[in-house]
Amino acid sequence: MASITIDGVNKIFGKTPALKDISLEIRDGEFMVLLGPSGCGKTTLLRCVAGLEQVNAGHVKIGERDVTGLAPRDRNIAMVFQSYAVFPHMTVGGNIGFGLRMKRRPKDEIAKRVQEGAELLGLVPFLDRYPAQLSGGQRQRVAVARALVMDAPVLLMDEPLSNLDALLRLQARADLKRLHKEVKRTTIYVTHDQVEAMSMGDRIAVMREGAIEQLGAPMEIYDNPATQFVGGFIGSPPMNFLRGAVRDGSFAGEGFSLPMSRPRADLQGREMVLGVRAEHITIAGDGVPARVMVVEPLGSHALVTVLVGKTAVKIQAPIDVAVRPDQAINLRFDEATLRWMDAGTGSAIQH
Amino acid sequence: MNARVLDRSLLYGAAIFLAIWVLVPFYLIAISAFTPQAKIFDYPKPLVPTSLSTDTMQFFVEARGVIPSVLNSLLVAVFTIIFGLTLGTPAGYALARFRFRGREAFQVIVLATKMFPIAILSIPLAVTFLQLGLYDNLVSVALVHTAMALPFIVLVTGGVFVAVSHELEEAAQTLGCSRWGAFLRVALPLALPGLAAAAIFTFVISWNEVFAATILTLRTRTLPAQVLASLATSPLAYKFAGGLFMVLPAIVFIFLIRKYLMNLWGSR
Repeated sequence: MASITIDGVNKIFGKTPALKDISLEIRDGEFMVLLGPSGCGKTTLLRCVAGLEQVNAGHVKIGERDVTGLAPRDRNIAMVFQSYAVFPHMTVGGNIGFGLRMKRRPKDEIAKRVQEGAELLGLVPFLDRYPAQLSGGQRQRVAVARALVMDAPVLLMDEPLSNLDALLRLQARADLKRLHKEVKRTTIYVTHDQVEAMSMGDRIAVMREGAIEQLGAPMEIYDNPATQFVGGFIGSPPMNFLRGAVRDGSFAGEGFSLPMSRPRADLQGREMVLGVRAEHITIAGDGVPARVMVVEPLGSHALVTVLVGKTAVKIQAPIDVAVRPDQAINLRFDEATLRWMDAGTGSAIQH
Repeated sequence: MNARVLDRSLLYGAAIFLAIWVLVPFYLIAISAFTPQAKIFDYPKPLVPTSLSTDTMQFFVEARGVIPSVLNSLLVAVFTIIFGLTLGTPAGYALARFRFRGREAFQVIVLATKMFPIAILSIPLAVTFLQLGLYDNLVSVALVHTAMALPFIVLVTGGVFVAVSHELEEAAQTLGCSRWGAFLRVALPLALPGLAAAAIFTFVISWNEVFAATILTLRTRTLPAQVLASLATSPLAYKFAGGLFMVLPAIVFIFLIRKYLMNLWGSR
């Protein structure tokens, strides 16, 4: 088992910096998710750990060993690719055993571990088939099995579920999480899907434009986004944002005014963005006036989009909520859950 | 009749016309090559052969210089395949895998070498080969054929390697292969059918090439050079049989690898 230390890593493609001085410590056995929109550098960072990209500056350590500059095969890692990269000219068994054969393990040991890997991923009936005869979900499991039998202390996964359909993805997500509990490899998992990140990660590093925007446990990031970007990226629906300033005991913006019971003196007059989650707003008899735009019943609850002043706000309401489009309603905000960010930088203001 | 049906009939009409245009001469040569020598001058020619016989073909094969020149042709083709694939495959791989400065320019230049007619190049080549002591030598003919085949080899193998996902090689590297090992164990086996197609196409180019082979050899003739040299003094039966003998491998092989030749026009 091993921890991973990423220390001041820079990567430049041509003239474009892809990774800007990234430092990140991943604990032994931890499931770390790199989350961000496409082009944020998350896959590049993973490939730098794998050794498929060389860093321009900085160091990568696995355990106590500095692996910067080593070839992938000398790093003691295993990787699952987005396209699965299952070898089409080898059977499932041949694929799973490929890495062990490259390491020149004895034949009976290879056979035993291929069998174990196939059992773990439910692939035993397919061992003699070729990848072309498998479904997408089965190929994905071959890729995972092939990585797991390597017994490498570090497991790297690059969007392994993004090519599966929605239902299968739900299943595979739970399977991967169970597997991680069983095998306890130090894992780096790259995804652009915030639901995957929230549900699987021990910690999440939210990335943007080649830098880590926020690092923390999933609920910590969900409850206390460090920036407006993180709040808007995590959660479904994303966090609502209202722009305004505190004046005379209430937060006022374009076309709305939200009274505050304990206004903070230090925020007086400052241009700010208020961040609030959909589930922390309730429709009530009195409060901030708003106009209903859309009502979307989602089975377990309804998503109501309203206009507060000139800003669209999404509210999570009970499924039997009795509102219609164009109706004037009042909203109450749970004051303890409100998050304040600087309107200029988008960074959270400490409270 | 709607426009779609009209479009299709025009397309098929043109395709059938072209096919007939190409196939009729082949057919006439073929039946002539299997007509007894005595009947070869019959006129008008029957479209369906009346008396088939192999003695015309036999006459050609037994003619002086034919067997050695066939061996020469085979040797030159094998050399050309070895030289061509050794030089062309890495270039095709690089075109498929790497985004290097001047990549597009390289692709254009590779094709541009086909702009120079071999007739213009042959005289200076002959002079150079004489000076180097390579004249009248099978290796020298193979070198010229290699130069002629290389653009095709580079483009075909480039298309072949584009079709082999780079992630497969990267996966092999994370599973314990070196860069070279990943190429040998994953990319090469998957590219093999395409490389075989490139080899066959190279064979056809070399087998059919007549001009350079004629200019650069005197005694060690390849088959086309041998046939050309004896054309004026040989009977008609020899010409028909020789023509069929030379064109047959090309037709069969091109038919077998037609899928891969589409890469020539289909790749980026």
